[in-house]
Amino acid sequence: MTETGLTMLNRTADGVARATPEPLARRVRGMSDKGLAWLFISPTILLLLAINIFPLIWAIQLSFTNYRANRPNELVKNVGLSNYQRILNDPDIWIAMQTTAHFVFWTIVLQTLIGFSLAYLIDRKFRGHAFWTTIILVPMMLSPAVVGNFWRFLYQPQIGLFAYAVSFVTGIPPTQIEMLSNVSLAPWSIIIVDTWMWTPYVMLICLAGLRSIPEYIYEAAEVDRASNWRQFWSITLPMALPFIMLAVLFRGIENFKMFDMVNLLTGGGPGSTTEVASITLKRQAFESWRTGYSSAFAIILFVAVFGLANIYVKALNKVKQR
Amino acid sequence: MKPLSKMTLGLASALLASTAISNVAQAEDLTLCWAAWDPANALVELSKDFTKESGIGMKFEFVPWTNYADRFLNELNSKGKLCDLIIGDSQWIGGSAENGHYVKLNDFFDKEKISMDDFVPATVVGYSEWPKNTPNYWALPAMGDVVGWTYRKDWFEKPELQKEFKEKYGWDLAPPTTFDQLKQIAEFFQKREIDGKTVYGASIYTERGSEGVTMGVMDVLYSFGFKYENPDKPYEMEGFVNSEGAVKGLEFYKALYDCCTPPGSSNSYMGEGVDAFKSGQVAMHMNFAFTWPGLYKDEAVGGDKIGFFVNPKETAQFAQLGGQGISVVSYSEHQEAALKYIKWFANKDVQAKWWSLGGYSCLKAVVEDPGFPASQPYAQTFLDSMAIVKDFWAEPSYASLLQASQKRFHDYVVAGNGTAKDALDGLVKDWTEVFQDDGKM
Repeated sequence: MTETGLTMLNRTADGVARATPEPLARRVRGMSDKGLAWLFISPTILLLLAINIFPLIWAIQLSFTNYRANRPNELVKNVGLSNYQRILNDPDIWIAMQTTAHFVFWTIVLQTLIGFSLAYLIDRKFRGHAFWTTIILVPMMLSPAVVGNFWRFLYQPQIGLFAYAVSFVTGIPPTQIEMLSNVSLAPWSIIIVDTWMWTPYVMLICLAGLRSIPEYIYEAAEVDRASNWRQFWSITLPMALPFIMLAVLFRGIENFKMFDMVNLLTGGGPGSTTEVASITLKRQAFESWRTGYSSAFAIILFVAVFGLANIYVKALNKVKQR
Repeated sequence: MKPLSKMTLGLASALLASTAISNVAQAEDLTLCWAAWDPANALVELSKDFTKESGIGMKFEFVPWTNYADRFLNELNSKGKLCDLIIGDSQWIGGSAENGHYVKLNDFFDKEKISMDDFVPATVVGYSEWPKNTPNYWALPAMGDVVGWTYRKDWFEKPELQKEFKEKYGWDLAPPTTFDQLKQIAEFFQKREIDGKTVYGASIYTERGSEGVTMGVMDVLYSFGFKYENPDKPYEMEGFVNSEGAVKGLEFYKALYDCCTPPGSSNSYMGEGVDAFKSGQVAMHMNFAFTWPGLYKDEAVGGDKIGFFVNPKETAQFAQLGGQGISVVSYSEHQEAALKYIKWFANKDVQAKWWSLGGYSCLKAVVEDPGFPASQPYAQTFLDSMAIVKDFWAEPSYASLLQASQKRFHDYVVAGNGTAKDALDGLVKDWTEVFQDDGKM
């Protein structure tokens, strides 16, 4: 910082100190830096404790009971690990987990491929690239409720544009393109919408990665007469990889707990074809009111996401250190 | 005292008095909770008379059907004081009675000489009693409802269609009286061009999220011989839930879904059904009777173009009960005023006006009045349907029981997984587990 800058900062600090009411200033004056730091972060910590940690501890406690929130007068019994045992032996839960895994896998693959490709194109800085970047970003700025509802109309086999577009290309009558009713197509209908909505997010992270690569590395590669293909594999991809992995981590965690889009588009149907883990959890917790059981399921999901994310972050750190 | 001080004092007193009066008025206000639908608007209109008579203001908390159960069961479970009066779904009665959410009304009925004998028996059992068929009352029957059918009378009356239908099926095109006839009519209309538009056979319930597919399937299964349990041995379901007749009924429902519904009907309930009928997509439409006044008034499909018919028969004839009773919430701080409302609502004149505004009265004096069948074009169908009703479990665990049936039925009917027998066997297994968890088996 320049000397002028420092002087200005001191003047501002003096101004703030003079403006502080005397009783407060007296109290703060006697505090150590550590005490002051605690003073500033304590409201956030208290809030976190109240809305995150306390419910988590409570849910852990409830997961060992037969508690049902709709029967407040019933005696709550400790059932040990039986809720966990029942969940892990329930074939429906495993089907829901498989559905979730299928959904997470394909959304991540598609979003990463398309997101990175878009970022690579946008990074070329062609004419009007700023305009196109804004256009591409629009879907992720919309509310999931809005997106879910309008895609439901787009998928409508009688009046939906999607059915007509597919019909135009394939020649299949639009009324036969039942994206949300067909068992084979319904999971893909959700994957398409999620990819449409969240690819721009992956693109943004990848773009940040591409823009962080120093220009001189490419210049050195040019001097060494490295081909574009070689530059992509040896410079662009390795250097952008930590960013891509970060995007995968964020989307993976988000999609593991995906609820809104599935609920709005298919409600878990047809049958249980698109019933992901979060939909099962909601049904157990707020429709069947099996509070103890659903708490155990929530803890299992939490441990699974937390564990997988931790392993992934370690891998990410290794890539960054290379 | 100076004039200015006098004026200030006067203004302050007036302000204080007005605040006090408004507080008194607020303290007397009642909040009534219900679903957001046409009958709720009629009730708002009706309740103005109560405010006029009693001086008690009415506030309303209406929630769309999709969130109705979640929202109000959460409210009751958390002992919330939002609702003084609640028009809760018929299946909630067991849980709400056993968990102390509703005030028991027996003493109040005795004191005010309100007799349950004055109400249609099916509505008393369905909306008021817990345990069922015992004189323990937790609600006053408020809104009678039942699943029935509407059809496009104008299409049915087209001479060319009548002729073609007669040639094809050998009987006159008319509202069906059996399920076979219903399917034949639905097949006849499926993908037919009428007035330059492709139309479809029937709109039926297939919704997965709340209770839709169960209400639709049950509406058919009862008439095919389905029973919830052994009449002589409660909670024994093997051979009753999955009886041969029940299997046939479920197969019929799937066949009807596969052959004769509009494309994209995999998640259809009350609203979607009304939309399909109003937009002229379907020849027949399964729905609760509450939709009929609105459809009859509709300019495009109402009036002379619409007809109503009772659920068809098979080996027997039954229909799925809908509707609700009105209860006083035990956590309310205005129970006295809420009971006053119940007393007022039970009055014959009020019930007659309730019917005229679009609500479905359950009072015998109204529905058994000689002029009732002719009072609306759908009145007779409503009466006939109410005479054959059956309802889903009303046990405290109804939600778990409902969730199991939603999954089993949707898996089979819409997703086409397994057989009807598998679905019903699975349902026996699921329901047995629920009752075992409850310690009832």
